[in-house]
Amino acid sequence: MKGEMKELKLTVNGKPYESKVKANTLLVELLRNELKLTGTKVGCLDSACGACTVHIDGKAVRSCSVLALQANGRKVTTIEGVADGDKLHPIQEAMVEYGAIECGFCTPGMVMSAKALLDENLNPTREEVREAIQGNLCADEGYVKYIEAIEIAAEKMRGGQ
Amino acid sequence: MEETFGNYSVIGKQMPRVDARAKVTGEAKYAADIELPNMLWGQIKRSPYAHAKILNIDTSKAEKLPGVMAVTTGKDFGGFKWGWSGPTRDEEPFATTKVRYQYEGVAAVAAISEDIAEEACDLIEVEYEPLPGVFDPFEAMQAGAPLVHENRPGNICVEYHWNFGDVDKAFAESYLVREDIFQTPRMAKGYIEPPAVIAYWPGPNRLVFQGAKGSPYFPYRILARCFNLPLSNVRVIQPFIGSDFGGTKNDMVHCDFAAPMLAKKTGRPVKLVYTQFDELTTCLRRHPMWITIKTGVTKDGILKATYVKAVADGGAYTRMSPLTMFLVGTCMTMPYKLPNFKYDAYNYFTNNPSSAAMRGHGLYHSRFAADVQLDMMAKELGLDPVEIRLRNAIENPEPGKVYETVNEVHMATCGIKECIEKVAEAIKWEERKKTKKVEGQKSYGIGFSAATYNSGTKLSAHNACAAIIRICEDGSINYLTGASDVGQGSDTVGCAIAAEVLGVVLEDIDIKRVDTAFTPVDPGSYGSRVTVLAGQAARNAALDAKQQLLEVAAQQFGVKPEEVEIKNKQVFVKSSPDRNMSWERLVRIACYDTPGKVIIGRGYSSQGITLLGLADLSKGVGDIGTNYSFTAQAAEVEVDVETGVVKCTDNSVIAHDCGFPLNPQAVETQVQGGSYHQGVAAALYEEFKMDKGQTLNPNFIDYMRPRAYEAPMTQVMHVITNDPYGPFGAKEASEGSCCSAPPAVINAIYNATGVWINDLPAQPEKVFWALKAHKEKKKGKK
Repeated sequence: MKGEMKELKLTVNGKPYESKVKANTLLVELLRNELKLTGTKVGCLDSACGACTVHIDGKAVRSCSVLALQANGRKVTTIEGVADGDKLHPIQEAMVEYGAIECGFCTPGMVMSAKALLDENLNPTREEVREAIQGNLCADEGYVKYIEAIEIAAEKMRGGQ
Repeated sequence: MEETFGNYSVIGKQMPRVDARAKVTGEAKYAADIELPNMLWGQIKRSPYAHAKILNIDTSKAEKLPGVMAVTTGKDFGGFKWGWSGPTRDEEPFATTKVRYQYEGVAAVAAISEDIAEEACDLIEVEYEPLPGVFDPFEAMQAGAPLVHENRPGNICVEYHWNFGDVDKAFAESYLVREDIFQTPRMAKGYIEPPAVIAYWPGPNRLVFQGAKGSPYFPYRILARCFNLPLSNVRVIQPFIGSDFGGTKNDMVHCDFAAPMLAKKTGRPVKLVYTQFDELTTCLRRHPMWITIKTGVTKDGILKATYVKAVADGGAYTRMSPLTMFLVGTCMTMPYKLPNFKYDAYNYFTNNPSSAAMRGHGLYHSRFAADVQLDMMAKELGLDPVEIRLRNAIENPEPGKVYETVNEVHMATCGIKECIEKVAEAIKWEERKKTKKVEGQKSYGIGFSAATYNSGTKLSAHNACAAIIRICEDGSINYLTGASDVGQGSDTVGCAIAAEVLGVVLEDIDIKRVDTAFTPVDPGSYGSRVTVLAGQAARNAALDAKQQLLEVAAQQFGVKPEEVEIKNKQVFVKSSPDRNMSWERLVRIACYDTPGKVIIGRGYSSQGITLLGLADLSKGVGDIGTNYSFTAQAAEVEVDVETGVVKCTDNSVIAHDCGFPLNPQAVETQVQGGSYHQGVAAALYEEFKMDKGQTLNPNFIDYMRPRAYEAPMTQVMHVITNDPYGPFGAKEASEGSCCSAPPAVINAIYNATGVWINDLPAQPEKVFWALKAHKEKKKGKK
């Protein structure tokens, strides 16, 4: 029966979480509907727009393409877990300061994809930046300022000003 | 790096957007993020047929399904019809007697879960009698073709015939006359946020509606009429909006009627969220258009006359097609001087989803045709593409003077010449044109274009647009506007205008999302109208509040109000600045001194209505815009001559005359985005594939959208013309670049390969075959 509930344990933004979910529950549904973490957006449910990008164990993943149960025992980070209290992450700071954000619907996914890149590589080439966010569709701002903001953030994170 | 403009304290400088922090942290709530206690989920039942009579709808099985709380069909709306304007009300909330496009809604369900609502829709039994349909305008115009609307003979939705000057005489006198046919594609609006809405009734006669709508006063008026409510009882509260490029988020889609009706029936909040599939199969699209353009020029390339015949697929319902067809024609007389102009427009009903406004509305189609044809003529005349544009460009009128086109469009400023010169210089055209750049199988070319767009668009009704500035007793400020920021940055610009006028800083101004219970009325976010018109309202409201405060200050200083000024939060006597007090102190005196004042500034936009009268859509004369932006673009493309794959390179520049950039950073982002997402997208990537009314690629995998890895790092240059009809000289930013990008890209492909692509988009297969045919033709000639 499709309604059968399965045990699930995972860490979300550093906090342990235990629940029972239907086997067909998507990770994005768990995050948005159960945990009320609505910063993660649903754009397409086809893994094509990237608005639902989160991290699983530090890797950028489309949460619409993953079952909640596939995140069992893992560490999930969403946009709500990126800033340190009131202090924005340098990527967020750069996007705000540099005017990269327009309607903002793709922004959380864009931040998560950029963060996955910079967590591994603080010295990305422009091509690497483009590649990191190529799965994130934006519809209004042209990507130019997102790309530049991510490069500025990388520079700041390397210690330069 | 940071450029500033004008001698101002707040505007003309880089400023962080007022809503950026909420968006970058994920705190910003969009419609689908809203949850209410006791909420139900709604779902739409849709027709599998593109054209069919509805014989019967049986909802009894669905109603009996446990968890289903209500079902609604079109009959519940008592014959209510709506449309873009009074005479074009041809659409029902749900089809009752006939469906006119595939997946048109016929019923809706509210249930305790999304799954149950979906299951219930499957249980609704609808009996149809399928009808033959018409699926493009050329089928629709055939004698005896099936009628989409029985009362609309010939399937004609809109028809205009305009004639200015003497086109035939001018053609006869021309040195060169060319006629070409161009085609623009059927396109999605492409925003990432699909429609979503939550509605509830806090009292028997009171409706609250929170939907993904970019123009909240459309649903406000339409729902009041639909549910027979006084406007005072319709409360539309704006969530954040995940972009709006016209059409779907301007006015209504099925969920916007379903949620209020189901909420009324159940007494509980009802939420509906579309999938991207729903959006891409049923929501409004950019018109596909077939444009025949005939132009005559002198030997020196001076434009003598243009005749345009535009044929459009309007889809199933009228929606905004009358405005679209007007816009296709009206700005043909800009940005180049054109003394004779004739226009025939035909928009047909078909059994496709309805077409409507989209960023670059109307002008994008005809500017593409005209600016590519201009390059074709330049080639035939042996003229440089930059030179032919400069020779024809409208000059910037002297201060105090107005340029009038042959169809009575007026402009006080026009920076197009400077724009063209700037892009040619930035892309180093004089050097570049001497060499042909080829690397292996990649051929490179540069294309130019010039465009205009109407800003501060004003229509025949609902122009009222106001602002309120409330000064709180501690000196902080509430700015209330009915204008919606859908991503373009108007909230920030409105706050900045208020701060500039009042002499305070941006952080002192608070703005909330539109709430029709409190904010003053505004037409909506379309036609690049918000900055120019709502911006003027904000300025006037701030001036009103400031005047009230200056009177208090004048009393304190013992001078006249006009002798006092407020700057950088200091209030001082102009002639002796040492006589001063802080902003906070002045406000406290005003609010606390007996009897205590309540400082509320009111302002409305007047320019939208009183400047030179309104445009006449059927005659094609007059101003749709308050003023007009100008854009010139130079784009380099890389064409893989083996595969036909074209991409824009980072060698990409746009010079934009937005009058005065109130927020330069936002202007740049708007111009870059408009060019890439809605311009280059049309030129290279996007097109719906259709088969008898069925959309074959309704997802972002098969329907290709422009992504980051091919995004040109377009450089934006500001051209300042300080338009007298915009607040602080401002005109629109972004829709102009939607119109300049397609011709620039297509002209660049020609420059790289010698091949013209007249029908967009220039997808690889099309370019491949065109290159092959071109090669064979060349061989044949040898």
